[in-house]
Amino acid sequence: MPDLLIELFSEEIPARMQRRAADDLKARVTDGLVEAGLTYAGAVAHCTPRRLALSVQGLSGESPTTTEERKGPRVDAPEKALEGFLRSTGLAKDDLTIADDKKGQVYMARITRAGRPALAIVAEVLEGVIRNFPWPKSMRWGAGSLRWVRPLRSILCILTREDGAEVVALDVDGIVAGDTTEGHRFMAPGRFAVTSFDDYEAKLKRAKVVLSSEERAEAIWQDATNQAFAAGLEVVEDAGLLAEVAGLVEWPVVLMGEIGADFLGLPPEVLQTSMKEHQKFFSVRDKTGAIVRFVTVANRETADDGATILDGNNRVLSARLADAKFFWENDLRVAKAGMETWTEALANVTFHAKLGSQAERIERIAALARELAPAVGADPDLAERAARLAKADLSSEMVYEFPELQGLMGRYYAEAAGEDPAVARAAEEHYSPLGPSDNVPTAPVSVAVALADKLDTLAGFWAIDEKPTGSKDPYALRRAALGVIRLVLENQFEGSMIEMLRLAAAKAFSADMLTSVRYIFDANEDMDIAPFEQAFSEPSGWKDEELAVRYESAIADYSSYGSSPAEYVLQRGRSLHDPDGTVADLLTFFHDRLKQHLRSEDVRHDVIDAVLTGDRTDDLANVTARARALNGFLGTEDGENLIQGYKRAKNILDQAEAADGVEYSYGADPKLAETDEERALFAALAPATPAIEAALAAEDYPAAMAALAGLRAPIDAFFEAVQINADNAILRRNRLNLLSEIVRLCQGIADLGRISA
Amino acid sequence: MTRAETPQSFQEIILRLQTYWAGKGCAVLQPYDMEVGAGTFHPATTLRALGGNPWAAAYVQPSRRPTDGRYGENPNRLQHYYQYQVLIKPSPPDLQELYLGSLDAIGIDTEIHDIRFVEDDWESPTLGAWGLGWEVWCDGMEVSQFTYFQQVGGHDCHPVSGELTYGLERLAMYVLDVDHVMDMPFNDPSAPIPLTYGDVFRQTEEEYARWNFDTADTAVLLDHFEEAERHCAEILARPAEDPKTGKRIVMAHPAYDQCIKASHIFNLLDARGVISVTERQAYIGRVRALAKACADAFVETRAGGWQGDAA
Repeated sequence: MPDLLIELFSEEIPARMQRRAADDLKARVTDGLVEAGLTYAGAVAHCTPRRLALSVQGLSGESPTTTEERKGPRVDAPEKALEGFLRSTGLAKDDLTIADDKKGQVYMARITRAGRPALAIVAEVLEGVIRNFPWPKSMRWGAGSLRWVRPLRSILCILTREDGAEVVALDVDGIVAGDTTEGHRFMAPGRFAVTSFDDYEAKLKRAKVVLSSEERAEAIWQDATNQAFAAGLEVVEDAGLLAEVAGLVEWPVVLMGEIGADFLGLPPEVLQTSMKEHQKFFSVRDKTGAIVRFVTVANRETADDGATILDGNNRVLSARLADAKFFWENDLRVAKAGMETWTEALANVTFHAKLGSQAERIERIAALARELAPAVGADPDLAERAARLAKADLSSEMVYEFPELQGLMGRYYAEAAGEDPAVARAAEEHYSPLGPSDNVPTAPVSVAVALADKLDTLAGFWAIDEKPTGSKDPYALRRAALGVIRLVLENQFEGSMIEMLRLAAAKAFSADMLTSVRYIFDANEDMDIAPFEQAFSEPSGWKDEELAVRYESAIADYSSYGSSPAEYVLQRGRSLHDPDGTVADLLTFFHDRLKQHLRSEDVRHDVIDAVLTGDRTDDLANVTARARALNGFLGTEDGENLIQGYKRAKNILDQAEAADGVEYSYGADPKLAETDEERALFAALAPATPAIEAALAAEDYPAAMAALAGLRAPIDAFFEAVQINADNAILRRNRLNLLSEIVRLCQGIADLGRISA
Repeated sequence: MTRAETPQSFQEIILRLQTYWAGKGCAVLQPYDMEVGAGTFHPATTLRALGGNPWAAAYVQPSRRPTDGRYGENPNRLQHYYQYQVLIKPSPPDLQELYLGSLDAIGIDTEIHDIRFVEDDWESPTLGAWGLGWEVWCDGMEVSQFTYFQQVGGHDCHPVSGELTYGLERLAMYVLDVDHVMDMPFNDPSAPIPLTYGDVFRQTEEEYARWNFDTADTAVLLDHFEEAERHCAEILARPAEDPKTGKRIVMAHPAYDQCIKASHIFNLLDARGVISVTERQAYIGRVRALAKACADAFVETRAGGWQGDAA
């Protein structure tokens, strides 16, 4: 069984694409080989910055010969039919046999496909793979039309048998496959031939190329941690950076350098971000957590043991850190002066043309945070202050340079300004949670600002009708809604979503109106904007009936200008009279996100639907508690059966009520119970009813479900033995009233009719 | 190969690059006589990257980025700086090796330095152009851009050009081991009158920074932008046949000059802070429309590979 070795040698492949490309090479080549009838024992793919390599062990030497019997036309069919059959089978008339068929005698062809040698199959498969390789981005070069991630320079493709290696004959647009490759670009230039994978890997190592990216990463990490350890320090772990750096070198050489004393006062995150983003350096910290050195990975050994390389890297880093230090010091000056320059600057930053500036948005968030504060247990003054400062760092030079440090710098600057620790903390935490795995803030002030920030975003884009559609969600509104949901659930914050949304929507509408009005006034300079600005700067301005009337009449005047902004404002003005519609629509959006969220907890789809039908659906914590309890209950045998009993009761009751035109909700009388089963059910209901009602009232849904579970057996027995529609009208009515009570008890938690059997 | 001696001055580095690329068969051109933001704007790159005719050119291009002005005080930032540009079509198979040879020529010894090709996809929204390649790192510092052009002015490049761009000041500061650009020797430090980069450019950096940021008349600039845009369209609207000579003369280059003008004026307006974020995209789109129209015109010229009357 021969082994196959393939190497596709190119100019430098982007680090982030290497691993995936090696996996694709393996999958596509082995799939192709198998499809062509070959088998193999195992396959391993490797990547370096300049090559993708694939080793396939134990490949079959040829594909098996196959034969196929194919039925042709009848013997007496027209000549044309026979000609067509011969053409399609590639046989002559003499090759055919004649066989008996139901319809008479027919020609039979026996088509034999000879097995093909692996050499031919490999050539065909590899060419197809090269020509259709799924690079995220590919290019052409020179005068050719072949596409690869960067120019493809050579192809090594050999089959190794015990008696030696054979080159697979392959020519892809002038690149002829051979048995040679190159080593390290600088340390071992020149081509050499290989005879097998082991030979290839060993010769590459001699030519200063470590083939395995895992081995390179491991070597880098080992060497870096050893050097740090020797100096009493520790490398800051960063798996992503390690993988990237391993993809930038073929012969890793770890060099550790010092960070200039001038820069040691910078926050560790700033040092780390600057070094990682710009230079792909690892950070090295001391026992106190301060970052004091860096590790860089060079791609070669040098006669001076990397001294020149380290010196150069040091110089580049110093220039970078000098920038960072300059930003930091300038920023600290502004922070200590109260950050007003920054908050004022946000007045000139447009958040959205229809929703005003960042400064105006911050006003809304501050007001909202204050209003939400009591409900989340935060001090209203602190919440408002925190909201005012939370985004100040967006104007700082550091965040301009490193946007990923937003929030974190806000915390540093708020601390430097002597703000309350809760305010500083909120500056960092209010963006959270950003994704499903991000931590949810729990500090009350942070929670208030985080909620206000997200609710304002949602209400704002709803007010101007820029909701997400399909896969388009440019303002990440789904993420914002999920953030609100997680903030509410993980802080067990019970309260009306509608109330919160109303507060946010009121402010968003005002903002929308204000910007619209300004837009008109910009176009008509002689008009007096002051009363409007005053009216709509008040977050609740739009509620004022008189203002709304004045507003509409003014708009009517302006619309005589025939300008479309006036038309727009007029329409928006009218929509002010239906903010409830917007809030209801937003709540539906929250429900959809909640469904998604709970589905990730394996809460059944129909359970969520059942819980969301009925009252109190705007209390997300309550909805979730009910859904979880019901979902747990349905997972038990009692739960499953009780649902059947409920459905049966509900069906009989609905039919009877429809037929009789009455509601059977008068309560059932135990004295009218006739059978043992009926009496038993009454007996079970007597303690269960108050227990369930009390549990529901206390919102202890698991307890309510447990009490309900106790009714399963009596209900089952009741249906088994008792005929509801008895001839005796009094008995019948009593039994229907009994069913009505059961239905009512069951529906206390959710509309169980929505649960699928 | 014998290692080159370390150069002594900024101009020596330029001269060595000129000699090197001339030796590799490039036509050594002179800078384009208009204000551009980067060497790529030179028609010897933008337009010559189009069409099927082979091309090999190298040149220095003074480049202006008004927003980068720092009154000559920042050690690394300038509103006027030099790029060295090489464009070869079709890109030769050994372009990486040729490039590394040029580093050697200016005294960067690859035996003791760490040279790396780090992914960097190039895109110019104003030119409707993109390509794949790398930024080249020397000991962690970016010293060049290396790009295989895939599209220019909305046209697929066929054959593909290889483009090399060296940021001369930064590269020279590294080679000459100076920390502030203004301290860098411009000519030979042992010359009778040694001049630093600062002697040559500190004055202009100061003057232009003030003009770029605070003085340039935005109303005039806005007019100029519109004018250039209109003019470009008018030039291209002329029929190919010249009524005077009866020859077929498509005026791709004069039209492209107007595109260059519009692009630079846009940069000036940007530095004056009068272009909002939303307007920015619109302006870039307008310049791109001009670049595309000029590219369309160039491929209708003989230099652009037009062979309409050959058959």
